Amino acid sequence: MSTLLVLEQTLNGIQFGVFLFLISAGLTLVLGIMNVVNLAHGALFMMGAYFASTFVAWTGSFFIAFLLIIPSSVILGIIIEMLTLRPLYLRDHMDQVLATFGLILFFNEGVKLVWGVDPQPMPTPELFAGNVEIFPDAPYPVFRLFIIGVGLLVAAVIYFLIAKTKVGMLIRAGASNTQMIRAMGVNIRFLNTFVFGLGAFFAGLAGLMAAPIISVESGMGDEMLILAFVVIVIGGIGSVRGALVASVIIGVFEVVGRSMLPIAMQKIFPLEIAQTAGPAIASMLIYILMAGVLFFKPQGLFPARTG
Amino acid sequence: MELTRLKSWLLAIGFVVLVAVPPLVTALDETFYITLISRVMIFAIAALSLDIILGFGGMISFGHAAYLGLGSYAVGILAFHEITNGWLQLFVAIGGSAVVAFIIGAICLRTSGIYFIMITLAMTQLLFFIGISLETYGGDDGLPTDRSEFAAFIDLGNEWILFYLILGFLVLCMYISWRLINSRFGMVIRGCHENEARMQAIGFPTYRYKLLAFVISGSMCGIAGFLLANLTEFVTPEFMHWFRSGEIMIMVLVGGMGTLFGPVVGAFAFLLFEEIISGFTENWPVIFGPLLVLLVLFAKQGVWGLLPKSKAGDG
Repeated sequence: MSTLLVLEQTLNGIQFGVFLFLISAGLTLVLGIMNVVNLAHGALFMMGAYFASTFVAWTGSFFIAFLLIIPSSVILGIIIEMLTLRPLYLRDHMDQVLATFGLILFFNEGVKLVWGVDPQPMPTPELFAGNVEIFPDAPYPVFRLFIIGVGLLVAAVIYFLIAKTKVGMLIRAGASNTQMIRAMGVNIRFLNTFVFGLGAFFAGLAGLMAAPIISVESGMGDEMLILAFVVIVIGGIGSVRGALVASVIIGVFEVVGRSMLPIAMQKIFPLEIAQTAGPAIASMLIYILMAGVLFFKPQGLFPARTG
Repeated sequence: MELTRLKSWLLAIGFVVLVAVPPLVTALDETFYITLISRVMIFAIAALSLDIILGFGGMISFGHAAYLGLGSYAVGILAFHEITNGWLQLFVAIGGSAVVAFIIGAICLRTSGIYFIMITLAMTQLLFFIGISLETYGGDDGLPTDRSEFAAFIDLGNEWILFYLILGFLVLCMYISWRLINSRFGMVIRGCHENEARMQAIGFPTYRYKLLAFVISGSMCGIAGFLLANLTEFVTPEFMHWFRSGEIMIMVLVGGMGTLFGPVVGAFAFLLFEEIISGFTENWPVIFGPLLVLLVLFAKQGVWGLLPKSKAGDG
């Protein structure tokens, strides 16, 4: 277990965390402000990846694909919001869970019909294709650094949007007390659609960024959705800052834990136990972390909702 | 909750039909249906157990597949170590599910609303990953297992006997939840759903009541897991996948949430529909997904909930 490996895995963890942030940032806004359970967020992420793969195949350019992802994912998000979620805002969470579960079934199977069952090809954009040596003798893919950059940029954009603009002010007010801003005469319906469209865009962007490094296939959003939930529970529903902190924590725990824990356990326990229990405990780590956070702070690390 | 005369008759007819299934389909030489209906009845038990906390207690657990998995792994792991005694396996299935439900419930019930849904989901995912990482017991690939051995006259190798055993458990579980929901305990649970603050104000320790309901529900689903492992003779982490939790929820919805026997009807409706429609097209979720959205939007009361209600409430 060399220092270099630890550093590299930590960097991988941060990269995975930032990537998780791209997914959970939109979801935490939707959950926090609209008070709606949206399981279809994972499906939006998957659609983003499929769109990206298709656009790149058409145009051959990652950048143009990015420009096309913006309208396509936002429009898809708004259609979903208007058709299925809008009638359910005032219903209980159970209805929202089931309806959005129906959407997952639809999209997971729909992509198989449209694109076939095989994973879709998605080349790494040429500009970011190579490796750099951040640490001596340890080549690191540029694209992974690019993901970190995009994630931090998104965090900055969201910070600006939420903290400095009028619409951000309404979003913050909505997160802390929906009833009150409704009473103040804010068009909550428009705000909801806006937030959902924004969330859909971030999910689509995450899909675009993920497409070159994970396999673009049906159901790729399902596991990510659960991880995003863990992030949101730890960070606090509706808190973008919480989502950023929790994403990086989860990312590092997940990646470093999975690669290091089995090795570390071999030093303490007999080989047999370490090989059996190591991966099991590593996969439990983030959930244990979540349970721990909940035990001490049931509202998450950065609670946004006050009333 | 009392049953109307119509519902009592429907239940009686349903029971008679189920009893007649094995001889009937054997006569028609379609023994595949014995396995299919056995599977449906197992999921009916799972849906029934979920409805206790979901429909009556208002606890939206998105992790009920956990106990299905635990119950089946109790069979698989014990059989792997050559402990095939059915009573012992059943005891471990129920006990193990109860212990895990207690731990998960104790953590999750500290929260409510969206948090509760997400945490029950995440906790089940945790168990799913443990199942995958258990290399000794098949890991990702699952673990073939032998059927449980009870006393000589209950030979589960015989599909008929397994069918009637599952039917027996289904009737038992229906009886238990009927007694439970109509008991003082059941009233408190329903009260917590209606208005928890008020229940606390009149002196009920609602957390403890809800936790106990969560544990009872989980252990009942453990029985379903025990039966599922026996039916499929195979145990896999797939039983604990969160899609399974979603499907059990759908069964409750289709039958009618918060009705006593609706989930049983829902399990039949959902699984038989799936069986029929998947015969037409492999891509049936494309049709079922939007159908589910429509069901949620327009037909929330479910099949059983559509029937006339008795004055004492809808059984």
